[in-house]
Amino acid sequence: MKKEAMWAYVFILVPLCTFIVFTLYPVISAAVISFQKYKPLGSEWVGLDNYINTFKNGLFYKALKNTLVYSIITVPVSMLLSFMISIMILPFRKKLQSVFKAAFYLPAIASGVALSFVWKWIYDPLPSGLLNNVVKMFGLSNQNWLGSQKTAMLSLIIMAVFAGLGQNVIIYTAALLGIDSTYYEAADIDGATFFQKVRYVVWPIVKPTTVFLTITGVINGFQSFQNAYLMTGGGPDNATTMAGLLIFNRAFTYFEYGEACAQALILAAIIAVFAVLQFKLSSGDVEY
Amino acid sequence: MMGLYKKYSGKLKYKGKIRNVILAAVLFTIALVTLFPIYYMAISSFGAPTEAGGASYSLIPKHFTLDSYKFFFSFSTYSFRWLLNSLLVASVVTISNVIFATLAGYAFAKLRFPGCKVFFFVLLVAMMVPYQVTQVPLYILIVNVLKIQDTYMALVAPTLVTCYNVFLAKQFFTSLPTSIIESAKIEGCSQPMIVWKIVVPLSKTILSVMAIMTFLGEWNTFFWPFLVCNSESMQTIQVGLKNFSFANTTYFAPMMAGATISALPMFILFFSLQKYFLEGVTVGAVKG
Repeated sequence: MKKEAMWAYVFILVPLCTFIVFTLYPVISAAVISFQKYKPLGSEWVGLDNYINTFKNGLFYKALKNTLVYSIITVPVSMLLSFMISIMILPFRKKLQSVFKAAFYLPAIASGVALSFVWKWIYDPLPSGLLNNVVKMFGLSNQNWLGSQKTAMLSLIIMAVFAGLGQNVIIYTAALLGIDSTYYEAADIDGATFFQKVRYVVWPIVKPTTVFLTITGVINGFQSFQNAYLMTGGGPDNATTMAGLLIFNRAFTYFEYGEACAQALILAAIIAVFAVLQFKLSSGDVEY
Repeated sequence: MMGLYKKYSGKLKYKGKIRNVILAAVLFTIALVTLFPIYYMAISSFGAPTEAGGASYSLIPKHFTLDSYKFFFSFSTYSFRWLLNSLLVASVVTISNVIFATLAGYAFAKLRFPGCKVFFFVLLVAMMVPYQVTQVPLYILIVNVLKIQDTYMALVAPTLVTCYNVFLAKQFFTSLPTSIIESAKIEGCSQPMIVWKIVVPLSKTILSVMAIMTFLGEWNTFFWPFLVCNSESMQTIQVGLKNFSFANTTYFAPMMAGATISALPMFILFFSLQKYFLEGVTVGAVKG
């Protein structure tokens, strides 16, 4: 027994040390820095100033709103689309299913930096830009997709939906394949149509998966940073500045480490609310 | 056999076929959209390495040239090294994650020791912490305190073992039959031997999944290396790609050449180990 405990400590030693140095210490440190004006040699204690500045800053609310808009549109659209795709994939043989799954998942494997530059080209404001060429066919006028306040956020959302589709499709398909055929048999006996089966059999059964995808999607959305940073830099006029980018800029453009930490902790608190919501909503039927 | 979809038989078989053709056409169209950015990345890498002006884009290149690949490798003296850096960093992180997450996961799943529950709970909470909270303190720790920016240590250290992988391993090992481990103990097998001779062989799939997903994630990481590596010689390929983009112009074709080179090993891995990739996405998301 004693020997077992000793081995256990040996086994968790490295993860524990990495965790203490690279997670626990930074979290505590972030809390401390959030009350300071950080200076390399001796920081200055400023109390709640960083928090007060954050809450007084209009941009902070704008960033939160943008983050919310981004997540609230991206997550349901992506899930609805992937749910429909998963349903459509179902009647095919395993081989063909894998082909489609691979096709949808491939963007997740390619370099995010490269893809963001390809998408930038798709959104090119010139009439030669790909999307402008496409909308022209529908008789719409030339748009400055990433450069206009009206469309910049929408452009990022469209990109996020297509890039994230594969993952959701794979998870939904796995859930759909796990449904016992007796449920369908029972529905058939009751004379249910295809859409009734989807609505009253499939949808309730995959609800735990839906909840899981919603919560992880929202949490990821709240932390999103890379695409906005690489494609719009938060512009135009901060229309695509989301919480992740705001914090990054506070820290690494303006070197306001204290305020960046304060903002990050507020973000963490918001995410924590969602995490609690996850436990409440799933009430034990989601495993992750 | 009944299912979600109606099974047509006899004379009505053609109805099922028509339905499948329509579904396949819809799925194929969506796949075209998701795969398009990757297609475009590859195709434009064979274009001429001129600075990209908006009008020079085309969907089908008029002539194939490898000049952009040459340009990519001669652009910086470190172009090749970026790839090597990525390979080294991703490999080290993957190996250390598999080893240490296995050991710790086993300890949490099968060994009883004081503090087991507390440590595991802390691990769970740590997974929920958004990276924005730790990014500033981590940056300060690496750059200002330890002064190890521009080193492999700085690139690798924070992700040597991630809480997520420990959690994944623990979840899987819990489902292994305890009786085998008990009987091995009675036979006089030491704990490290139990891990090596019993746990690892029984968990090859999940460990492969973990290795692949960790490698993929690390290979595509942009943010952290971007933050801690200023010198060109220490950049990874994802950060290196960004060097091809300047304020007013982008060397698009050479950048895409680099992106294609960086994506190629991942695509090869994906198509040879598709099962593990796709399984990796569903691990933890779907029951059963």
